[in-house]
Amino acid sequence: MISFATAYKPWLHRFAVLTALATLGLVGMGGLVTSHGVGMAVPDWPTSYGYNMFALPISTWLTGGIFHEHTHRLWASLVGILVVAQTRWLGGKKSQLPLLLIGLAEILLGLVLLRLGDDWKGAGHFLSGIGGVVLLAGLVWTKNHAAPGRLPTLIWIAFGLVQLQGLLGGLRVVLDAGVFAGVRLGTILGIFHGCLGQLFLALMAIIALMTSRWWRDPSARPTSFRARPWFVAATVLIFVQLLIGATMRHQHAGLSIPDFPLAYGKIWPDMSSVAVAEYNLQRLEVTAVNPITAFQIELQLAHRIIALLILGAVGRCVWLARDRAVKRLAQCWLGLILAQVALGAWTIWSNKAADVATGHVLVGALSLVTGGFGCFIYYRRFACDEAPGSMARSPSTPHRSVTT
Amino acid sequence: MAIAFQMATAGNITGKVTLVGNPPPEKEITPLKDDAQCGKLHPGPTPKTQFFVVGPNKELSDVVVVLQGDSLKGKSTGATAGPAELDQIGCIYTPQILAVQTGQKIVVKNSDPVMHNVHTTPTAAGNKEENRAQLAGGPDLTFVIPNAEEFLRFKCDVHPWMFAWVTVVDHPYFAVTGTDGSFTIKDVPPGKYKLVAYHRKAALKGIAKDIEVTADGAKMDFAVEVK
Repeated sequence: MISFATAYKPWLHRFAVLTALATLGLVGMGGLVTSHGVGMAVPDWPTSYGYNMFALPISTWLTGGIFHEHTHRLWASLVGILVVAQTRWLGGKKSQLPLLLIGLAEILLGLVLLRLGDDWKGAGHFLSGIGGVVLLAGLVWTKNHAAPGRLPTLIWIAFGLVQLQGLLGGLRVVLDAGVFAGVRLGTILGIFHGCLGQLFLALMAIIALMTSRWWRDPSARPTSFRARPWFVAATVLIFVQLLIGATMRHQHAGLSIPDFPLAYGKIWPDMSSVAVAEYNLQRLEVTAVNPITAFQIELQLAHRIIALLILGAVGRCVWLARDRAVKRLAQCWLGLILAQVALGAWTIWSNKAADVATGHVLVGALSLVTGGFGCFIYYRRFACDEAPGSMARSPSTPHRSVTT
Repeated sequence: MAIAFQMATAGNITGKVTLVGNPPPEKEITPLKDDAQCGKLHPGPTPKTQFFVVGPNKELSDVVVVLQGDSLKGKSTGATAGPAELDQIGCIYTPQILAVQTGQKIVVKNSDPVMHNVHTTPTAAGNKEENRAQLAGGPDLTFVIPNAEEFLRFKCDVHPWMFAWVTVVDHPYFAVTGTDGSFTIKDVPPGKYKLVAYHRKAALKGIAKDIEVTADGAKMDFAVEVK
């Protein structure tokens, strides 16, 4: 007998792909906000210029940087709703009670925060709003089964992450002026928000992969594991690279090294205080007015060196991968990394043009996603999405979809 | 009577600031031109940054010249001085360099048919960060900065190329050089001081010189070097 829970569900997969694509768009929109330096174009949250987020007049929405920031917020709300819906779908009927309880708890906590005073108003509105969406998802009375293996766990992690990410994005605005350890809170929270967004995208893409028909095809499983450590190493390096990139971008100091492939005309630039003062004197930025520091020059040099290491590690993956699917994935990965190197160079040559820099962010995100795919394919036993005796374990079992 | 006597013996400090060396070329503000609303306000060539405003004989404008001395501290008359004015014209702050006293009102106007937000980002302790929206044709906004600070940044987050830099001094003895590079600091009590010239790009930390002011005043020129 075919387990209802383990059957391939095309509409669930399509919905998961839609959510992952919406998340990719959200990362791109967030990238545009940072590239244009308009993270504070809407200075309040979760309201926008005092309006309910969904009721901001269009004329205000279309003004300068407000367009990017406000669109990012609306898009994030859409992704939040998609993830909550997917939690209910993948979590099955078992998810109903937790969703109801979490939704009620968030609404109540939000109402309590609203009574605590103006400082807590934003978080209060946010919690009660998202609590309402969660409660609605919990009220969906369909008797569907939970998805197999780790998928419900992963979607519950995504459920938590999307709310944390929304809160971080809001706090990045309302706590912008605060200072922690000599650094603006807006900068610190912006870096966290950017990096968590990339991890969240990778998670949503992996969930989409695990709901696919291909994931259930036994012939897609790797038989050779020689490339596995290189996949892991390259993926970790890419995440470190994204961390460095986010740190550079959120300091809004523009290009700390304005030339490529050399750095201030040398292979290794002078980073003495006299030299840095001279660099600052010569650089005239249009929007990024913060002066650069020796640390920022070191960061960009590290970014360049790690780019070479990633290129080598991904090249090694292509070389060592034997299974057809993994080999093809590694080849695509290498193509993405090469495109990413070209975009990195173009970002410098274009003096950090916003669209080019955002393209660099997006291809970086896709590189992380591809690395995440490879790691999950190699460690699918850890992902453990096959229950003993389920259809996916038997190569002879035909794929079937079962309607609800 | 003491004030009248002091005024009678006070002198003016005059001088000129010139630039030595060649500054980097100014950049076109392309995001302004690309903006649907602000771009329309500049039908001609794309406006450029104004880091180095230099005259034909290397006269350097937008240099803030500030007198420093223990006897001057806390002598701000900002509370009774007239307001200083910043305007937003064509999505550009005018002027971009301003100097005021502590406690003096800074009135920010919006002459544009576009909404802006005025975001102050002070770094000196006690000066509070503010971020206020200003609609097209909306009322003027007034800011008062309580503590001294060099080049306090006013920015617009909606249009991220818009900046003004306001130096706040806790006495009235300062000036900003004009297009001919000259400056005059009026009615300075006689005594020995330091005179410091600040340029936002070429002399961020200031170029300091000793100066003695008599009833006849004093003269001091500065040369700001750019390598």
